[in-house]
Amino acid sequence: MSEDKHHHIVPYRLYVIVLVALLALTFASIGITSIELGEYTVAAALLFAVIKSVLVLTYFMHLKYDKPYIKLMVAFVFAIFVVVIVITFLDYLYRV
Amino acid sequence: MHTTNAVNGANYLTYQGKYKGLLGWIFSTDHKRIGLLYLYSIATMFATGVLLGLAMKFELLAPGKTIMDAQTYNATFTVHGVIMIFMVVVPGLPAVFGNLMMPIMIGAKDVAFPKLNLLSWWLYIAGVVLVLCALLFGSGTPDTGWTFYAPYSFKTGTNLLPAVFGAFVLGFSSILTGLNFLVTIHRLRCPGMKWTKLPLFVWTLYGTAWIQLLATPVVGITLVLVALERVFGVGVFDPALGGDPVLYQHLFWIYSHPAVYIMILPAMGAISEIIPTFSQKHIFGYKAIIASTLAIAFVGYLVWGHHMFTAGMSGTAQYYFSLLTFIVAIPSAIKVFNWISTMYKGSINIQTPFYWAVSFIFVFMVGGLSGLVLGALATDIYVHDTAFVVAHFHYIVFGGTGFAFFAAMHYWFPKIFGRMYDKAWANIGWLVFFIGFLALYSPMFYLGMMGMPRRYYDYLEEFHGGNILSTLGSWVLVTGFIIIVVNLVRSARKGPPAEMNPWHSKTLEWTVTSPPPVLNFEKEPVLGEKDGPYNYD
Repeated sequence: MSEDKHHHIVPYRLYVIVLVALLALTFASIGITSIELGEYTVAAALLFAVIKSVLVLTYFMHLKYDKPYIKLMVAFVFAIFVVVIVITFLDYLYRV
Repeated sequence: MHTTNAVNGANYLTYQGKYKGLLGWIFSTDHKRIGLLYLYSIATMFATGVLLGLAMKFELLAPGKTIMDAQTYNATFTVHGVIMIFMVVVPGLPAVFGNLMMPIMIGAKDVAFPKLNLLSWWLYIAGVVLVLCALLFGSGTPDTGWTFYAPYSFKTGTNLLPAVFGAFVLGFSSILTGLNFLVTIHRLRCPGMKWTKLPLFVWTLYGTAWIQLLATPVVGITLVLVALERVFGVGVFDPALGGDPVLYQHLFWIYSHPAVYIMILPAMGAISEIIPTFSQKHIFGYKAIIASTLAIAFVGYLVWGHHMFTAGMSGTAQYYFSLLTFIVAIPSAIKVFNWISTMYKGSINIQTPFYWAVSFIFVFMVGGLSGLVLGALATDIYVHDTAFVVAHFHYIVFGGTGFAFFAAMHYWFPKIFGRMYDKAWANIGWLVFFIGFLALYSPMFYLGMMGMPRRYYDYLEEFHGGNILSTLGSWVLVTGFIIIVVNLVRSARKGPPAEMNPWHSKTLEWTVTSPPPVLNFEKEPVLGEKDGPYNYD
């Protein structure tokens, strides 16, 4: 298979912005635990984790600049993960 | 290691690299040498597992204590399971024949990451050593069964943690092999080798690699949680600490059910190579086989709960898992239909690999159909945890993967070693093994139906007849195994030189000398429009 010669160069400024965003989100995910959210505490922590993961995948792991089939593979992995979680909850949500 | 007289000058067996002797093997990054390292390691572990199985069958020759007590029996079936699953059938075909043949089949010089490939083998060996430590040292051999179910896994006083850690390390070996094969198949195909021209064995390795990559981490994390619970008392699975033992079963089977497809998909791939070769006919439904391979790999992720019908799951989950289990039977049946249709009106050349392949279809069908008895909710409750289950999964895992392994061994043997085995002894070995297999496992279907539970060292008098037949079968099977091994080992050293393409096959590995040169091809192969892995017409 032919090698792809083209590599996208990402400016340092963008990396720094993403780094700052990740740090800010980390502090935010710690900060939110000081607010009493009850059963939504875990959901809030997971939300911050998801945003951080998307940032890392998109910029640090270059997913934004990759070929569509690579994006499709990553999307497929997450789809499987979601399906597995949903199926597991078919048990937990419907137990008598 | 090998004193094979090079039939065609320098080849991967005789090549002298940086290191000499044994070091030249255990530090080699050549995919073929790594494949042979796996073959010897896995064969050693398989022989160990067989001896343990033989001991278990001997114990069951008569009711009451025969040669071991209950605790020893528990430890024996645990170690037999851990060895056979994690060290033999999961790495099995991908690690041995995937490494030996896949790069040549796609026209590549090696896998994408040769050093990572060697690391995978070293991790495999490290995992094996860790598990063996659990057997030999500490407070007794683990006795939880290979599934390490909670609450046994945190109540048992035996030396469980090294075994769990060993399984964890073996998982890493599997993940790295999967990653390596995925990248290799995507990036290193020779010019003209489109996806629709890939040999089916390579397609099944591709499906398997995805499962290895995505499912194995789940069991890794689960085993870490077991360790945390045992060492630090973190309550994940122990109800006394606020945990849920059924959660363990979910997490364990989210990996371990797809693992069944890690075992069987490459086996199906090997059979899909052998049947067209010995029918001298294009495989029937090439694209249907690819689609069914991917369908099995995908749907196989979503059916894990059928191992847990009696564990206290919700009714909704039970209906769902039962339905999906029946659906996953469809792509497997498509494959069987395609193999049979390939043979129809073919020029059948009956040789040892073909015997193994057709007997594979037979035992796989019995194993698969008996799986539907277990996939149906009502009948599963009746036969759950009986000898019926043991018969079912040995028909699939041993009958399926094991028979395909022997089929592949006899098929690619002349390519791997450059020598041909004694065909008459190979056929006798197959026949004795096949008869032993049927006698060993078939009575277990009956015994299970009559209510004999699995994992007990003792049984009621009414089950005696079936157990005697089964134990005798184990002796016949082992006799067949010895015949096969002696014939192959002897032939690898002293057999007559093999032709380049003794079976008149069309895939690329048969276009290179036997044994293959170090870098596989003198010149990079290029596939033309009319070339294809099964173009016999």
